[in-house]
Amino acid sequence: MPGVRVLVGTRKGAFILTSDEARKDWQVDGPHFPGWEMYHLKGSPVDPDRIYASQSSGWFGQLIQRSDDGGKTWVALDNKFEYDGIAGTHMWYDGTPHPWEFKRVWHLEPSLTERDVVYAGVEDAALFKSTDGGASWRELSGLRKHGTGPQWQPGAGGLCLHTIVLDPTNAQRIYVAISAAGAFRTDDGGETWTPINKGLRSGEIPDRDAEVGHCVHRITMHKSKPERLFMQKHWDVMRSENAGDQWTEVSGNLPTDFGFPIEVHAHEPETIYVVPITSDAHHFPPEGKLRVYRSRTGGNEWEALGDGLPQQDCYVNVLRDAMSVDTLTSCGIYFGTTGGQVYVSSDSGDHWMPIVHDLPAVLSVEVQTLA
Amino acid sequence: MTRAEVRVVLPSPLRVLAQVGAEISVHVLGDVTQRTVVDAIEQRYPMLQGTIRDHVSKQRRAFVRFFACQRDLSHEALDAPLPASVASGDEPLLIVGAMAGG
Repeated sequence: MPGVRVLVGTRKGAFILTSDEARKDWQVDGPHFPGWEMYHLKGSPVDPDRIYASQSSGWFGQLIQRSDDGGKTWVALDNKFEYDGIAGTHMWYDGTPHPWEFKRVWHLEPSLTERDVVYAGVEDAALFKSTDGGASWRELSGLRKHGTGPQWQPGAGGLCLHTIVLDPTNAQRIYVAISAAGAFRTDDGGETWTPINKGLRSGEIPDRDAEVGHCVHRITMHKSKPERLFMQKHWDVMRSENAGDQWTEVSGNLPTDFGFPIEVHAHEPETIYVVPITSDAHHFPPEGKLRVYRSRTGGNEWEALGDGLPQQDCYVNVLRDAMSVDTLTSCGIYFGTTGGQVYVSSDSGDHWMPIVHDLPAVLSVEVQTLA
Repeated sequence: MTRAEVRVVLPSPLRVLAQVGAEISVHVLGDVTQRTVVDAIEQRYPMLQGTIRDHVSKQRRAFVRFFACQRDLSHEALDAPLPASVASGDEPLLIVGAMAGG
Protein backbone atom coordinates (compact mmCIF):
# COMPACT_ATOMS: atom_id res chain seq x y z
CA MET A 1 0.00 0.00 0.00
CA PRO A 2 1.47 3.39 -0.91
CA GLY A 3 2.45 5.68 1.91
CA VAL A 4 4.88 8.33 3.00
CA ARG A 5 7.80 8.58 5.37
CA VAL A 6 8.66 12.08 6.57
CA LEU A 7 12.19 12.61 7.85
CA VAL A 8 12.32 15.50 10.29
CA GLY A 9 15.54 17.03 11.58
CA THR A 10 15.27 19.21 14.68
CA ARG A 11 17.50 21.10 17.08
CA LYS A 12 17.36 18.19 19.50
CA GLY A 13 17.01 14.99 17.53
CA ALA A 14 15.42 13.38 14.48
CA PHE A 15 11.89 12.08 14.05
CA ILE A 16 10.35 9.80 11.45
CA LEU A 17 6.66 10.28 10.69
CA THR A 18 4.81 7.66 8.66
CA SER A 19 1.34 7.36 7.19
CA ASP A 20 -0.58 5.63 4.48
CA GLU A 21 -1.76 7.35 1.31
CA ALA A 22 -4.61 9.11 3.10
CA ARG A 23 -2.11 11.02 5.24
CA LYS A 24 -4.61 11.39 8.08
CA ASP A 25 -3.27 9.00 10.71
CA TRP A 26 0.39 9.27 11.60
CA GLN A 27 2.92 7.27 13.55
CA VAL A 28 5.69 9.25 15.21
CA ASP A 29 9.03 7.54 15.78
CA GLY A 30 11.77 9.25 17.73
CA PRO A 31 13.69 11.03 18.91
CA HIS A 32 16.62 9.49 17.13
CA PHE A 33 19.95 10.92 18.35
CA PRO A 34 18.27 12.86 21.18
CA GLY A 35 20.00 16.06 22.13
CA TRP A 36 21.92 16.41 18.87
CA GLU A 37 21.26 18.97 16.17
CA MET A 38 19.97 17.12 13.13
CA TYR A 39 20.45 19.56 10.30
CA HIS A 40 19.25 17.23 7.55
CA LEU A 41 18.12 13.69 6.78
CA LYS A 42 17.49 12.42 3.29
CA GLY A 43 16.76 9.05 1.72
CA SER A 44 18.31 7.60 -1.40
CA PRO A 45 16.02 7.66 -4.44
CA VAL A 46 17.74 4.44 -5.54
CA ASP A 47 17.19 2.62 -2.26
CA PRO A 48 14.58 4.39 -0.08
CA ASP A 49 15.53 2.41 3.00
CA ARG A 50 18.98 3.99 2.83
CA ILE A 51 18.80 7.24 4.76
CA TYR A 52 21.64 9.62 5.52
CA ALA A 53 21.60 11.96 8.51
CA SER A 54 23.73 14.90 9.52
CA GLN A 55 24.22 14.91 13.29
CA SER A 56 26.14 17.64 15.07
CA SER A 57 26.59 19.39 18.36
CA GLY A 58 28.45 22.36 19.69
CA TRP A 59 30.28 20.03 22.07
CA PHE A 60 31.28 17.07 19.95
CA GLY A 61 31.31 18.29 16.35
CA GLN A 62 29.95 16.58 13.26
CA LEU A 63 28.82 13.01 12.74
CA ILE A 64 27.28 11.34 9.72
CA GLN A 65 24.83 8.50 10.26
CA ARG A 66 23.35 6.08 7.76
CA SER A 67 20.46 3.69 8.03
CA ASP A 68 19.89 0.86 5.58
CA ASP A 69 16.57 -0.23 7.06
CA GLY A 70 14.44 2.87 6.79
CA GLY A 71 15.60 4.47 10.01
CA LYS A 72 15.30 1.53 12.41
CA THR A 73 19.05 1.22 13.00
CA TRP A 74 21.94 3.55 12.27
CA VAL A 75 25.69 3.32 11.71
CA ALA A 76 28.12 6.21 12.24
CA LEU A 77 30.17 6.85 9.12
CA ASP A 78 33.25 8.86 8.25
CA ASN A 79 32.98 12.36 9.69
CA LYS A 80 36.25 13.73 8.36
CA PHE A 81 35.56 16.64 6.03
CA GLU A 82 39.02 17.87 5.18
CA TYR A 83 39.40 20.67 2.67
CA ASP A 84 41.48 19.83 -0.35
CA GLY A 85 44.97 21.30 -0.17
CA ILE A 86 45.61 24.61 1.53
CA ALA A 87 42.21 25.79 2.73
CA GLY A 88 42.93 29.49 2.19
CA THR A 89 40.63 32.29 3.25
CA HIS A 90 37.19 33.68 2.56
CA MET A 91 35.94 37.10 3.63
CA TRP A 92 34.84 37.63 7.21
CA TYR A 93 31.91 39.82 8.27
CA ASP A 94 34.22 42.81 8.66
CA GLY A 95 35.74 42.35 5.21
CA THR A 96 39.02 40.85 6.40
CA PRO A 97 40.34 37.46 5.19
CA HIS A 98 39.29 34.57 7.42
CA PRO A 99 40.59 30.99 7.30
CA TRP A 100 38.26 28.36 5.91
CA GLU A 101 37.19 26.16 8.87
CA PHE A 102 34.87 23.17 8.75
CA LYS A 103 31.92 23.55 11.12
CA ARG A 104 29.05 21.27 10.11
CA VAL A 105 27.14 19.53 7.34
CA TRP A 106 24.01 21.44 6.37
CA HIS A 107 22.66 19.24 3.60
CA LEU A 108 23.03 15.68 2.30
CA GLU A 109 21.96 14.87 -1.25
CA PRO A 110 22.01 11.20 -2.31
CA SER A 111 22.55 10.49 -5.99
CA LEU A 112 19.49 9.98 -8.15
CA THR A 113 21.03 6.94 -9.83
CA GLU A 114 23.94 5.52 -7.84
CA ARG A 115 23.24 3.90 -4.49
CA ASP A 116 26.63 4.65 -2.93
CA VAL A 117 27.05 8.22 -4.14
CA VAL A 118 26.04 11.05 -1.85
CA TYR A 119 26.95 14.75 -1.70
CA ALA A 120 27.38 16.90 1.41
CA GLY A 121 27.10 20.66 1.58
CA VAL A 122 29.08 22.04 4.50
CA GLU A 123 29.94 25.17 6.46
CA ASP A 124 32.39 26.83 5.79
CA ALA A 125 31.04 26.48 2.30
CA ALA A 126 32.28 23.53 0.28
CA LEU A 127 30.86 20.52 -1.50
CA PHE A 128 32.00 17.00 -0.62
CA LYS A 129 31.26 13.74 -2.40
CA SER A 130 31.27 10.15 -1.20
CA THR A 131 31.26 7.25 -3.61
CA ASP A 132 31.17 4.57 -0.92
CA GLY A 133 27.96 5.32 0.92
CA GLY A 134 29.53 7.83 3.29
CA ALA A 135 32.51 5.71 4.31
CA SER A 136 34.84 8.46 3.05
CA TRP A 137 34.49 11.98 1.71
CA ARG A 138 36.40 14.01 -0.88
CA GLU A 139 36.01 17.69 -1.50
CA LEU A 140 34.99 18.79 -5.00
CA SER A 141 37.35 21.68 -4.56
CA GLY A 142 36.82 23.19 -8.00
CA LEU A 143 33.87 25.01 -6.47
CA ARG A 144 35.78 26.67 -3.63
CA LYS A 145 38.80 27.33 -5.81
CA HIS A 146 37.15 28.53 -8.99
CA GLY A 147 38.19 32.11 -8.29
CA THR A 148 35.55 33.97 -6.31
CA GLY A 149 36.03 31.97 -3.09
CA PRO A 150 38.10 34.65 -1.32
CA GLN A 151 35.16 37.06 -1.82
CA TRP A 152 32.55 34.80 -0.24
CA GLN A 153 31.18 36.20 2.99
CA PRO A 154 28.99 34.45 5.57
CA GLY A 155 25.33 35.26 5.98
CA ALA A 156 23.76 35.52 9.40
CA GLY A 157 23.70 31.72 9.64
CA GLY A 158 27.30 31.27 8.58
CA LEU A 159 29.05 30.61 5.28
CA CYS A 160 27.05 27.53 4.45
CA LEU A 161 26.48 25.45 1.35
CA HIS A 162 22.88 24.52 2.06
CA THR A 163 21.34 23.57 -1.28
CA ILE A 164 22.35 20.82 -3.72
CA VAL A 165 20.15 20.17 -6.75
CA LEU A 166 20.96 17.27 -9.07
CA ASP A 167 19.80 17.39 -12.69
CA PRO A 168 17.72 14.23 -13.30
CA THR A 169 18.55 14.24 -17.02
CA ASN A 170 22.25 15.04 -16.84
CA ALA A 171 24.41 13.40 -14.17
CA GLN A 172 27.18 15.90 -14.85
CA ARG A 173 25.09 18.93 -13.94
CA ILE A 174 24.75 20.01 -10.31
CA TYR A 175 23.53 23.26 -8.80
CA VAL A 176 24.51 24.50 -5.35
CA ALA A 177 23.63 27.57 -3.33
CA ILE A 178 25.73 29.25 -0.67
CA SER A 179 24.81 31.94 1.84
CA ALA A 180 25.93 34.56 1.16
CA ALA A 181 27.86 33.85 -2.03
CA GLY A 182 25.09 32.86 -4.44
CA ALA A 183 24.29 30.04 -6.82
CA PHE A 184 26.78 27.97 -8.79
CA ARG A 185 26.56 25.30 -11.49
CA THR A 186 28.83 22.57 -12.72
CA ASP A 187 28.39 20.78 -16.04
CA ASP A 188 31.23 18.32 -15.57
CA GLY A 189 30.30 16.48 -12.40
CA GLY A 190 31.83 18.99 -10.03
CA GLU A 191 35.29 19.61 -11.43
CA THR A 192 34.62 23.16 -12.64
CA TRP A 193 31.98 25.64 -11.56
CA THR A 194 30.34 28.83 -12.80
CA PRO A 195 28.56 31.46 -10.69
CA ILE A 196 24.97 31.76 -11.95
CA ASN A 197 23.74 34.96 -10.36
CA LYS A 198 22.89 37.23 -13.29
CA GLY A 199 19.64 39.06 -12.70
CA LEU A 200 19.77 38.78 -8.93
CA ARG A 201 19.42 42.14 -7.25
CA SER A 202 20.54 42.36 -3.65
CA GLY A 203 20.15 45.65 -1.81
CA GLU A 204 22.62 44.45 0.82
CA ILE A 205 25.52 44.69 -1.65
CA PRO A 206 26.44 47.86 -3.50
CA ASP A 207 27.11 46.41 -6.95
CA ARG A 208 23.78 45.53 -8.61
CA ASP A 209 25.55 43.21 -11.02
CA ALA A 210 27.87 41.53 -8.55
CA GLU A 211 28.95 38.07 -9.68
CA VAL A 212 28.86 36.75 -6.10
CA GLY A 213 27.69 37.98 -2.72
CA HIS A 214 24.00 37.14 -3.06
CA CYS A 215 22.20 35.46 -0.19
CA VAL A 216 20.39 32.68 -1.99
CA HIS A 217 18.17 30.79 0.45
CA ARG A 218 16.97 27.90 -1.65
CA ILE A 219 16.76 26.61 -5.24
CA THR A 220 14.43 23.96 -6.61
CA MET A 221 13.33 22.47 -9.92
CA HIS A 222 10.69 20.16 -11.35
CA LYS A 223 12.23 16.97 -12.68
CA SER A 224 10.40 17.32 -16.02
CA LYS A 225 11.83 20.83 -16.61
CA PRO A 226 15.40 20.68 -15.36
CA GLU A 227 16.47 23.92 -17.08
CA ARG A 228 13.80 25.87 -15.20
CA LEU A 229 14.87 26.81 -11.72
CA PHE A 230 13.02 28.59 -8.93
CA MET A 231 14.82 30.46 -6.16
CA GLN A 232 13.88 31.97 -2.84
CA LYS A 233 16.50 34.61 -2.19
CA HIS A 234 17.02 36.55 1.04
CA TRP A 235 14.60 38.99 -0.55
CA ASP A 236 12.91 38.17 -3.88
CA VAL A 237 11.51 35.01 -5.45
CA MET A 238 13.29 34.35 -8.74
CA ARG A 239 12.95 32.13 -11.79
CA SER A 240 15.35 31.03 -14.51
CA GLU A 241 14.50 29.37 -17.82
CA ASN A 242 18.07 28.58 -18.77
CA ALA A 243 19.73 26.65 -15.96
CA GLY A 244 20.51 29.78 -14.00
CA ASP A 245 22.21 31.76 -16.75
CA GLN A 246 19.68 34.54 -16.19
CA TRP A 247 17.18 35.13 -13.40
CA THR A 248 13.91 37.07 -13.39
CA GLU A 249 12.00 38.19 -10.34
CA VAL A 250 8.55 36.60 -9.89
CA SER A 251 7.67 37.88 -6.41
CA GLY A 252 4.50 39.45 -7.84
CA ASN A 253 1.78 40.02 -5.25
CA LEU A 254 3.44 38.27 -2.32
CA PRO A 255 2.91 40.18 0.94
CA THR A 256 6.68 40.01 1.49
CA ASP A 257 9.24 38.35 -0.72
CA PHE A 258 11.55 37.38 2.13
CA GLY A 259 11.51 33.70 3.06
CA PHE A 260 13.50 30.52 3.12
CA PRO A 261 12.00 27.44 1.42
CA ILE A 262 10.61 27.09 -2.08
CA GLU A 263 9.17 23.91 -3.55
CA VAL A 264 7.55 22.71 -6.78
CA HIS A 265 4.39 20.60 -6.99
CA ALA A 266 5.22 16.99 -7.88
CA HIS A 267 2.94 16.89 -10.94
CA GLU A 268 2.55 20.53 -11.99
CA PRO A 269 5.86 22.09 -13.06
CA GLU A 270 4.44 25.64 -12.88
CA THR A 271 2.97 25.29 -9.39
CA ILE A 272 5.33 26.53 -6.71
CA TYR A 273 5.15 27.19 -2.98
CA VAL A 274 6.83 29.67 -0.63
CA VAL A 275 6.30 30.78 2.95
CA PRO A 276 6.59 34.57 3.15
CA ILE A 277 8.33 35.85 6.26
CA THR A 278 8.04 39.48 7.34
CA SER A 279 11.73 40.32 7.13
CA ASP A 280 15.24 39.22 7.90
CA ALA A 281 14.98 40.96 11.25
CA HIS A 282 11.61 39.53 12.24
CA HIS A 283 11.78 35.94 11.01
CA PHE A 284 8.06 35.39 11.54
CA PRO A 285 5.09 35.54 9.18
CA PRO A 286 3.17 38.76 8.48
CA GLU A 287 0.25 39.62 10.77
CA GLY A 288 0.88 36.59 12.95
CA LYS A 289 -0.76 34.41 10.27
CA LEU A 290 1.03 31.31 9.02
CA ARG A 291 0.31 31.10 5.30
CA VAL A 292 1.85 29.18 2.47
CA TYR A 293 1.64 31.00 -0.84
CA ARG A 294 1.04 29.06 -4.04
CA SER A 295 1.52 30.19 -7.60
CA ARG A 296 0.07 28.08 -10.38
CA THR A 297 1.74 30.26 -12.98
CA GLY A 298 5.36 29.76 -12.00
CA GLY A 299 5.40 32.99 -10.03
CA ASN A 300 4.04 36.54 -10.11
CA GLU A 301 0.46 35.54 -9.26
CA TRP A 302 0.20 34.11 -5.76
CA GLU A 303 -2.64 32.92 -3.54
CA ALA A 304 -2.56 32.56 0.24
CA LEU A 305 -3.20 29.10 1.70
CA GLY A 306 -4.08 29.12 5.35
CA ASP A 307 -6.93 26.67 5.86
CA GLY A 308 -5.90 24.61 8.85
CA LEU A 309 -2.87 26.75 9.70
CA PRO A 310 -2.81 29.14 12.68
CA GLN A 311 -4.20 32.50 11.61
CA GLN A 312 -3.52 34.53 14.71
CA ASP A 313 -0.65 35.00 17.15
CA CYS A 314 1.70 32.79 15.14
CA TYR A 315 5.34 33.87 15.18
CA VAL A 316 7.29 30.87 13.98
CA ASN A 317 9.71 30.61 11.08
CA VAL A 318 10.05 27.97 8.37
CA LEU A 319 13.67 27.26 7.53
CA ARG A 320 15.12 26.61 4.09
CA ASP A 321 15.25 22.81 4.22
CA ALA A 322 11.98 22.44 6.11
CA MET A 323 9.57 22.05 3.17
CA SER A 324 9.04 19.08 0.91
CA VAL A 325 6.50 17.41 -1.38
CA ASP A 326 5.48 13.81 -1.92
CA THR A 327 4.70 12.25 -5.29
CA LEU A 328 1.38 10.59 -4.50
CA THR A 329 -1.44 11.12 -7.00
CA SER A 330 -2.83 13.92 -4.86
CA CYS A 331 0.40 15.75 -4.17
CA GLY A 332 1.19 16.28 -0.50
CA ILE A 333 2.97 19.39 0.75
CA TYR A 334 4.83 19.36 4.09
CA PHE A 335 6.63 21.90 6.18
CA GLY A 336 8.03 22.22 9.68
CA THR A 337 8.38 25.28 11.88
CA THR A 338 10.77 26.61 14.45
CA GLY A 339 7.89 26.16 16.90
CA GLY A 340 8.08 22.40 16.47
CA GLN A 341 5.01 21.83 14.32
CA VAL A 342 5.02 19.75 11.15
CA TYR A 343 2.06 20.39 8.84
CA VAL A 344 0.77 18.38 5.88
CA SER A 345 -1.61 19.18 3.09
CA SER A 346 -2.73 16.13 1.14
CA ASP A 347 -4.47 18.23 -1.52
CA SER A 348 -1.73 20.43 -2.93
CA GLY A 349 -2.06 23.07 -0.25
CA ASP A 350 -5.81 23.69 -0.13
CA HIS A 351 -6.20 22.28 3.38
CA TRP A 352 -3.63 21.70 6.11
CA MET A 353 -3.39 19.69 9.30
CA PRO A 354 -0.67 19.32 11.90
CA ILE A 355 1.07 15.96 12.10
CA VAL A 356 2.87 16.90 15.31
CA HIS A 357 2.64 20.03 17.46
CA ASP A 358 5.49 20.00 19.90
CA LEU A 359 8.78 18.84 18.47
CA PRO A 360 11.97 20.81 19.04
CA ALA A 361 12.57 23.54 16.46
CA VAL A 362 12.39 21.93 13.02
CA LEU A 363 15.46 22.33 10.82
CA SER A 364 14.57 20.08 7.90
CA VAL A 365 11.71 18.08 6.42
CA GLU A 366 12.14 15.53 3.66
CA VAL A 367 9.43 13.23 2.37
CA GLN A 368 9.80 9.78 0.88
CA THR A 369 6.94 8.36 -1.13
CA LEU A 370 6.88 4.62 -0.54
CA ALA A 371 5.43 2.08 -2.94
CA MET B 1 58.65 1.65 26.01
CA THR B 2 56.21 1.60 28.90
CA ARG B 3 52.64 0.44 28.46
CA ALA B 4 49.95 1.94 30.67
CA GLU B 5 46.32 1.07 31.10
CA VAL B 6 44.48 4.35 31.46
CA ARG B 7 40.93 4.70 32.72
CA VAL B 8 38.75 7.25 30.93
CA VAL B 9 35.27 8.46 31.77
CA LEU B 10 33.37 9.59 28.68
CA PRO B 11 30.49 12.08 28.51
CA SER B 12 27.08 10.57 27.99
CA PRO B 13 26.64 11.40 24.27
CA LEU B 14 29.94 9.74 23.42
CA ARG B 15 29.09 6.64 25.47
CA VAL B 16 25.97 6.25 23.33
CA LEU B 17 27.98 6.75 20.17
CA ALA B 18 30.67 4.24 21.16
CA GLN B 19 28.13 1.90 22.78
CA VAL B 20 30.11 1.67 26.01
CA GLY B 21 29.51 2.31 29.68
CA ALA B 22 30.60 5.34 31.61
CA GLU B 23 34.20 4.22 31.98
CA ILE B 24 36.52 2.67 29.45
CA SER B 25 40.17 1.74 29.60
CA VAL B 26 42.73 2.15 26.87
CA HIS B 27 46.32 1.04 26.49
CA VAL B 28 48.87 3.78 25.99
CA LEU B 29 52.41 3.14 24.84
CA GLY B 30 55.06 5.56 26.09
CA ASP B 31 54.24 8.84 27.78
CA VAL B 32 50.71 9.25 29.05
CA THR B 33 49.55 12.63 27.77
CA GLN B 34 46.32 14.13 26.49
CA ARG B 35 47.47 13.43 22.96
CA THR B 36 48.44 9.79 23.51
CA VAL B 37 45.30 9.01 25.50
CA VAL B 38 43.01 10.49 22.84
CA ASP B 39 45.07 8.70 20.18
CA ALA B 40 44.37 5.43 22.00
CA ILE B 41 40.67 6.24 22.42
CA GLU B 42 40.29 7.01 18.72
CA GLN B 43 42.17 3.88 17.72
CA ARG B 44 39.96 1.63 19.81
CA TYR B 45 36.73 3.52 19.12
CA PRO B 46 37.00 4.96 15.59
CA MET B 47 33.48 6.38 15.77
CA LEU B 48 34.80 8.89 18.32
CA GLN B 49 37.27 10.38 15.88
CA GLY B 50 36.61 14.07 15.47
CA THR B 51 34.32 14.30 18.50
CA ILE B 52 36.85 15.04 21.26
CA ARG B 53 39.31 16.96 19.13
CA ASP B 54 39.47 18.29 15.61
CA HIS B 55 40.44 15.77 12.94
CA VAL B 56 43.10 17.96 11.41
CA SER B 57 44.43 20.35 14.02
CA LYS B 58 44.14 17.79 16.84
CA GLN B 59 43.03 20.64 19.10
CA ARG B 60 40.52 19.86 21.81
CA ARG B 61 37.01 20.94 20.88
CA ALA B 62 36.11 24.22 22.51
CA PHE B 63 33.37 22.75 24.68
CA VAL B 64 35.24 19.64 25.78
CA ARG B 65 37.19 19.61 29.03
CA PHE B 66 39.76 17.23 30.52
CA PHE B 67 39.62 16.79 34.32
CA ALA B 68 41.62 14.51 36.62
CA CYS B 69 42.46 14.44 40.30
CA GLN B 70 40.11 17.39 40.97
CA ARG B 71 42.03 19.53 38.50
CA ASP B 72 41.10 21.07 35.15
CA LEU B 73 43.84 19.96 32.76
CA SER B 74 42.14 21.33 29.65
CA HIS B 75 44.65 24.07 29.12
CA GLU B 76 47.74 21.96 29.73
CA ALA B 77 49.95 21.27 26.71
CA LEU B 78 48.81 18.32 24.61
CA ASP B 79 52.13 16.57 25.21
CA ALA B 80 52.45 17.36 28.91
CA PRO B 81 52.41 14.25 31.12
CA LEU B 82 49.09 13.57 32.81
CA PRO B 83 49.19 13.07 36.60
CA ALA B 84 50.99 9.91 37.72
CA SER B 85 47.83 8.56 39.28
CA VAL B 86 46.13 8.69 35.86
CA ALA B 87 49.08 6.94 34.21
CA SER B 88 48.97 4.27 36.92
CA GLY B 89 45.24 3.71 36.50
CA ASP B 90 44.43 4.78 40.04
CA GLU B 91 42.49 7.81 38.85
CA PRO B 92 40.45 8.20 35.66
CA LEU B 93 40.79 10.95 33.10
CA LEU B 94 37.41 12.62 32.89
CA ILE B 95 36.36 13.88 29.47
CA VAL B 96 33.53 16.30 30.11
CA GLY B 97 31.17 18.35 27.99
CA ALA B 98 31.53 21.92 29.20
CA MET B 99 28.58 23.75 30.67
CA ALA B 100 27.18 25.63 27.71
CA GLY B 101 23.84 26.41 26.22
CA GLY B 102 22.29 28.40 29.04
